[in-house]
Amino acid sequence: MLKRVHFKSSYLPYLLVAPQMAITLVFFFWPATQALYQSLLLQDAFGLKTEFVWFDNFKELFDDAYYLDAFGRTAVFSSLVASISIGLALFFAGMTDRVLRGAMAYQTLLIWPYAVAPAIAGALWVFMFDPTLGILTYMLQGFGVDWNYKLNGGQAMFLVMAASIWKQISYNFLFFLAAMQAIPRSLIEAAAIDGAGPGRRFLTIILPLISPTTFFLIVVNIVYAFFDTFGIVDAMTQGGPAKATEILIYKVYNDGFIGLDLGSSAAQSVILMFIVIVLTVIQFRYIERKVEYT
Amino acid sequence: MIENRPVTTVIAHCVLIVGIAVLALPIWITFVAATHDAVRITQVPLPLLPGNQFFQNLAAAWGQGIEGAGGQPVGNMLLNSLAMALMIAVGKIVISLPSAFAIVYFKFPFRMGFFWMIFITLMLPVEVRIVPTFQVVADLHMLNNYWGLSVPLIASATATLMFRQTFLTIPDELLEAARIDGAGPMRFFWDILIPMSRTNIAALFVILFIYGWNQYLWPLLITTDRSMYTVVMGIKQMLEAAEQAPEWNLIMMTTLLAMLPPILVIITMQKMFVKGLTETEK
Repeated sequence: MLKRVHFKSSYLPYLLVAPQMAITLVFFFWPATQALYQSLLLQDAFGLKTEFVWFDNFKELFDDAYYLDAFGRTAVFSSLVASISIGLALFFAGMTDRVLRGAMAYQTLLIWPYAVAPAIAGALWVFMFDPTLGILTYMLQGFGVDWNYKLNGGQAMFLVMAASIWKQISYNFLFFLAAMQAIPRSLIEAAAIDGAGPGRRFLTIILPLISPTTFFLIVVNIVYAFFDTFGIVDAMTQGGPAKATEILIYKVYNDGFIGLDLGSSAAQSVILMFIVIVLTVIQFRYIERKVEYT
Repeated sequence: MIENRPVTTVIAHCVLIVGIAVLALPIWITFVAATHDAVRITQVPLPLLPGNQFFQNLAAAWGQGIEGAGGQPVGNMLLNSLAMALMIAVGKIVISLPSAFAIVYFKFPFRMGFFWMIFITLMLPVEVRIVPTFQVVADLHMLNNYWGLSVPLIASATATLMFRQTFLTIPDELLEAARIDGAGPMRFFWDILIPMSRTNIAALFVILFIYGWNQYLWPLLITTDRSMYTVVMGIKQMLEAAEQAPEWNLIMMTTLLAMLPPILVIITMQKMFVKGLTETEK
């Protein structure tokens, strides 16, 4: 979109966009192109010979049981993280929206986990659930649970998910609260006069009216669970035990930097890029439509 | 309040308080661990109430760090994190203000081409192109310094898109008036546009500072020199060292120090942060 009134200058606009373009070209377009190109190459173990293999890297990935496992694991992981953190945040936002007194204080007390880095969140949860020292391990043992996330894959996954959800609730909460507070009070009052109780008002008025926010948050949370949880996984479990917490982004890093299988890692990057682009396009289309209607 | 239902209100308060307590539990346990000495922290069950070693642990972590993790003083790591967060936040704002200005206020060939080139960077977080980006940074000799830590992360579109949005809401009459008074484009940019976008700049600064401070994978890859470690990635070395020598009191003190700056920023600038967050990302 251009302003109706604008400047005319032959060189100035180019000068103004130049710094951002330079950085974007060097650190974004060049590496992204490289990733695309590398995904079509096969390198031998010593990095001496490279061969152009077209789509063999991709074919190999989809024949690889480990990759398909990681794919399924990521799907389960991200849908659970997204739905639980959105659900809890919606619940807390609904409660905060109800109370008049202290809403601001509750907001302050609920938003700070947003500021905690994923890796740091991982460290907090690892300490609480440490197999020998953890306070919650001690309590769980009191209930007769045999807790050792370093050996038990299911427990490791549970822990990574708990830390991921814990960190994301504040973000979702803020968006839900802002959306709920933007609903005109008169609508809710009208429903109350018609005899709808708080629960019914929430289901029939508030929930439909905040659905654009919910949709936006679903996309953002899936992207979060796909990428931003890298720090949590790396700090807590490094993908273990026995790959039980190896999600796709962790596998890209593991195969590329640790395993030095550049072709396969690049192919995995390309698949992830494709997933993000699809998600962004869905989100963008939806939001554009919403703007037209309001 | 729509109608007076004291019971539901009380329930809402209770639920919120319980929720907040559960959310804050990890932080409380961290704080308690950071106030005990190295002996107490290895005895099961761990304490639930703070001890009296807070300042000793603070001094030890700040000055000497953790031996098993390379003994890098946490004070130095915090300094690196601060430098990186500030460079990312300031850098993004400085490069995206002029490019948003150009895209909104100038008519020039390839304008939409530039816009789309910036917009597409939104779609690919640095994590999905780590290997090639690492190679570029290595070729440019930017490993192990502040430039390598910050510049590659500046290449993103969020700030530009947000300033574009802000500029579009500024009335055209202002530009007409400025032109009648004889102001050129740069004069208009400095004297009208920037002062008018002050609150948006501040809100964005808060978000970008936290984004920069919390970076993990990128510093992990490009810093091999211990003196360049940032505090968020330093925590990984400490957790690995904890397998052999569990100095959890110092590790938890470091965790506390790593969380504190961004949490303080969020809480002191809460209104601005909430506004910036909920209005930029949509």
